[in-house]
Amino acid sequence: MTEADEKTIQDLRRSGILLTTLEDLYNWGRSNSVWPLQFGLACCAIEMIAASMSRFDIARFGSEVFRPSPRQADLMIVSGTVTKKMAPQVVRLYNQMPEPKYVIAMGACAISGGPFKQGYNVLKGIDRYIPVDVHIPGCPPRPEALLNGLMELQEKIREQNLTGENRPHHLRSDVSGEFPVPEFGACDLEPPSNPAVWTPPEPIREGL
Amino acid sequence: MIPGVSIEEKTDPLQGQILEVSMGPHHPSTHGVFRMDVKLDGERIVSLKPVFGYLHRNHEKIAEDVSYLGSIPYTDRLDYLCSLTNNWAYCLAVEKLSGFEIPERAEYIRVIVGELTRLVNHTCLMGFFVQDLGAMGTPLMYAFREREKILDLFEGLTGARMMCNYMRFGGVRCDLPVGWIDEVKKVIAAFPRFLDEFESLLTQNEILIARAQGVGVLSKELAINAGITGPCLRASGVGHDLRKVDAYSIYSRFDFKVPIGAHGDCYDRFMIRLLEMRESLKILDQAIAALPSGQIIDPKAKSRGLRPKAGEAYGRIEAPKGELGFYLISEGGPSPYRYRVRPPSLINLTVLEDMCLGGTVADAIATLGSIDIVLGEVDR
Repeated sequence: MTEADEKTIQDLRRSGILLTTLEDLYNWGRSNSVWPLQFGLACCAIEMIAASMSRFDIARFGSEVFRPSPRQADLMIVSGTVTKKMAPQVVRLYNQMPEPKYVIAMGACAISGGPFKQGYNVLKGIDRYIPVDVHIPGCPPRPEALLNGLMELQEKIREQNLTGENRPHHLRSDVSGEFPVPEFGACDLEPPSNPAVWTPPEPIREGL
Repeated sequence: MIPGVSIEEKTDPLQGQILEVSMGPHHPSTHGVFRMDVKLDGERIVSLKPVFGYLHRNHEKIAEDVSYLGSIPYTDRLDYLCSLTNNWAYCLAVEKLSGFEIPERAEYIRVIVGELTRLVNHTCLMGFFVQDLGAMGTPLMYAFREREKILDLFEGLTGARMMCNYMRFGGVRCDLPVGWIDEVKKVIAAFPRFLDEFESLLTQNEILIARAQGVGVLSKELAINAGITGPCLRASGVGHDLRKVDAYSIYSRFDFKVPIGAHGDCYDRFMIRLLEMRESLKILDQAIAALPSGQIIDPKAKSRGLRPKAGEAYGRIEAPKGELGFYLISEGGPSPYRYRVRPPSLINLTVLEDMCLGGTVADAIATLGSIDIVLGEVDR
């Protein structure tokens, strides 16, 4: 949009006429009614509940409607440690959510396993199986941090295009929103990660 | 067919079928990732199998690898609603193992933060319990409003809202900030008003009485035989409170009562917590009035590189959910040979089937809510 256009829009807005694009209007509406899944895993869930209570009031951002059913939710807040026994259920819940859907990994455990990373039963980050939009560090993150993460997500939703190469995967026919559910194998989850969403980081070797 | 639901013919076809329902691990009323395999005959529960392990985070195994000091932050994450009492029980076990003395002032600070933790836990529990009965939102908002006030105190003292990591072997980590006690006094002074309000809204409430009275009855004999502790045991009419029985720390100096229920149903377990909070406020008043000055940590106590002499120790306290115990075996090394947690939530959960048989699924939800479990502690 050119500068002259911006000036015209401002002039029109002063006289009570709003000019916008369909894309902006659609994304504005979507970003202000992100319904999270009522889904708590561990400690971070308590802070997630605290964020929805009167003091922090997630309703200011249009996300107070915690839905118990994944069929009615737009956002999955992975709040807490994902163990290897729980990971298949988390992926299955994600698959059951309708498009467009988003994921916030809340807390150190959901990002990387956190303090329990050395344990034999803890998944080292939920991004091994499902695509994560926003990571919120902290153990547990404060409710303000969750609100900040939600605002980041809203920013991301507002910048999505409905057409063109950058359109999100729910508008593309060549990408599936379903992800394979891992199964508990002989000694670990199989597969140990989903190569479509996660690749092991390259080790950094300095001085070579 | 829906996964998790199966139908099984009874021998007499005129009697209908047994329906097996898997509730959880994703269920809004199971307090986290707890699963119940329920078999229903019509609407009545004929069998209920709890399934654990969805939050098994290897706490005990990790603690056998890290140093004694390094386990304190992990104990915060056991029962994540009341981290300070978890710290306390663990420190008590290590202090028994290595024979540290606890200064007077540290004991008082421990009692103050411990009782504040009890207020936080019971407030939240009552909110969650009423939410499980179907009062969506409002009572929980009242409860969390009060919780935030106490969490502000924790944050001022320890720097963290939930994961306080405050106690150390032989005392506490840092002294009270200037003006902190005045803030505590303000919160305590305002708390009875909240309790009165909450009580006037709920205890005489017709729906709560209909949903909770006579539901999930736990008999005195079963409670004792199954090793139930905490408010669940006292609601069944057994006056067993470690603060009185064991008189650990300095609890023998305070004047407080142990409330006891008569029926052992959900309503009694709810009321016991209300009454316990009033007793906690009494203890807090007395502890603040008598708070001495002096050291906050035993100067001989060693935190880093602690190697207790070989032996074993069991430290237990009356945590808000029941008897929380830590059993440590030392071989003289930098980390314990065996580290075992006795979690009150897990042991109180073992009688869930006995309390739910013959009731409806809605009653099972109410019963589970009134037991007060936290999955971090159940699965560890």
